[in-house]
Amino acid sequence: MVKTWDTTPAAKQRVAAKSILKNLLILSFVIGFLVWSYRGAGIQLSQLFSRDSFEQILIYVKKLFPPDLSAVVLHEALKGSMETFAISFMGTLMAVVIALSTVLFASRNLIYSGLLYEMEPKQGWKRTARMLPYLAAKSPLNILRTIPEMVWALIFVFLVGLGSFAGVLALGVHTGGVLGKLFGEVLEDVDNQPIESLQATGANRLQILFYGIVPQVLPQFISYILYRWEVNIRVAAVLGLVGAGGLGQRIHIAISLFLENQLLTFLIFIYILVTVADYLSSYLRRKLI
Amino acid sequence: MNQPAQSLTRQSHRSLFPYLFTALFLFAIIDSWQRAGIDPKVLFETKGRESLWKFLAGMFPPDLSWNFLSLMLRPTLETIQISLWGTVIAVMIGFPLGLLGTNNLIVRGILNEAELQGAPLRRSLRYAIYLSARGILSLFRCIPEFVWAFMFVRAVGLGPFPGVLAIGVAYGGMLGKVYSEIFEGVNYRPLEALQSLGANKLQIFFYGWFPQALPNFASYTLYRWECAVRASAILGLVGAGGLGQQIEISMRMFNFNEVLTILIILFLMVAAVDYLSAKVRALL
Repeated sequence: MVKTWDTTPAAKQRVAAKSILKNLLILSFVIGFLVWSYRGAGIQLSQLFSRDSFEQILIYVKKLFPPDLSAVVLHEALKGSMETFAISFMGTLMAVVIALSTVLFASRNLIYSGLLYEMEPKQGWKRTARMLPYLAAKSPLNILRTIPEMVWALIFVFLVGLGSFAGVLALGVHTGGVLGKLFGEVLEDVDNQPIESLQATGANRLQILFYGIVPQVLPQFISYILYRWEVNIRVAAVLGLVGAGGLGQRIHIAISLFLENQLLTFLIFIYILVTVADYLSSYLRRKLI
Repeated sequence: MNQPAQSLTRQSHRSLFPYLFTALFLFAIIDSWQRAGIDPKVLFETKGRESLWKFLAGMFPPDLSWNFLSLMLRPTLETIQISLWGTVIAVMIGFPLGLLGTNNLIVRGILNEAELQGAPLRRSLRYAIYLSARGILSLFRCIPEFVWAFMFVRAVGLGPFPGVLAIGVAYGGMLGKVYSEIFEGVNYRPLEALQSLGANKLQIFFYGWFPQALPNFASYTLYRWECAVRASAILGLVGAGGLGQQIEISMRMFNFNEVLTILIILFLMVAAVDYLSAKVRALL
């Protein structure tokens, strides 16, 4: 009989001891990491859970109530909510434009490899020339995506001044990068069989794109757009903290001027806005897909 | 006979939707365009062009002097520290509240069906606990972490600590919700087997419930940590420590080459964290 595995008690013990040692090592590493972070981040949990700070938090919460429901504040909150909606809507729209105009170049199987190009010589200047637009589309999308919305907002506030327009640009640019990546992945995952049968009937590449690829990817595109819009309405609500309009701007003012009652009103409006957006998005998803 | 008639009515109902949708969509575009003050020519007018040029030209070359890089080392580490403890606090908030907010652990399900059979008072008490846990979680979740950070800056002062608290509270709400969803999705068979063996509730929880949920827990918590790194990097924009604070300072001082350096650091940091987290996830 061939001995495939050492099952003597001594060997078992050795394995067990080794894994315990490994686990201990990982555990001590994690604990060390946590302690290092605890000191670095200046955390005072004891202070947080002390009676004093508890009372302070209680005082703050008491100051929040009752929410300021006077007509002026409500009007302002409503205006802010509409503005936030507008920012998220136009930002998402701009992102879709950016993503759709670049994504055809940013997916490998449409631009230089895969079924569409298998008849062409693998190596050669033509393939290299095709790779250039791919890289030229892909790398800007990556840069757009890597920089967070809030940083974009700061940059655009510098470029176009305070206000909602900076927020629209920030959302549009960042989400454009995100959607570009997501769309590109969807395009690279398309089912090849319809494409192959279209090719067999003699369709050219443009026809293959419109009759073989677009119908496949459209539902997923819509679903991603709606998902990003949901995310964007949350982000648009806080973009104002760096000066890019919407409810965030009102929140910024309310916090800075210690107008806690107004703050609560705005927070309630954020909650309503986000909830409504979620419902609307799931309704549209059911209807459109 | 019934089938075609039904599909016909549905079709006629559906046929109105595209028109309505298109009309509302166009209206939303026009209204939002005005409301958001969109003005593309601002970017192309002399002033916009000049500031764009100033920004782009100012960014290059990035400030890679040893002096500045060593100054940035601390905020970078601070960002990671904030994200780490923010996630720890989020777990500390999310786990207990998620447990209390799990319907089949608190109100229904095999753990309680014998106990709460003929006790409406106890049942409604349990239900109240369940609802309030859910309510707190949704409250924590629906206020954005930026607003939390801003409020905590007011409460505990500038620095990394408010960032930790903001991430802890906001992500605690998200983690709690996902935890309770994971708990509700466990397989019932092992639990019933344990119960029929005579295990008590605690034993059922630790031997039947928890082992099933643990892998999903760990992987979702890791994912949230990744998000926390991104978030803590920019929470500093409202004064909550980390790299964000440096970005804001550099933007305000128009030192765009420093901004570029910080963005590069941010990129490298996020990439490193993603890599590390993928490695850990592969171990799970």
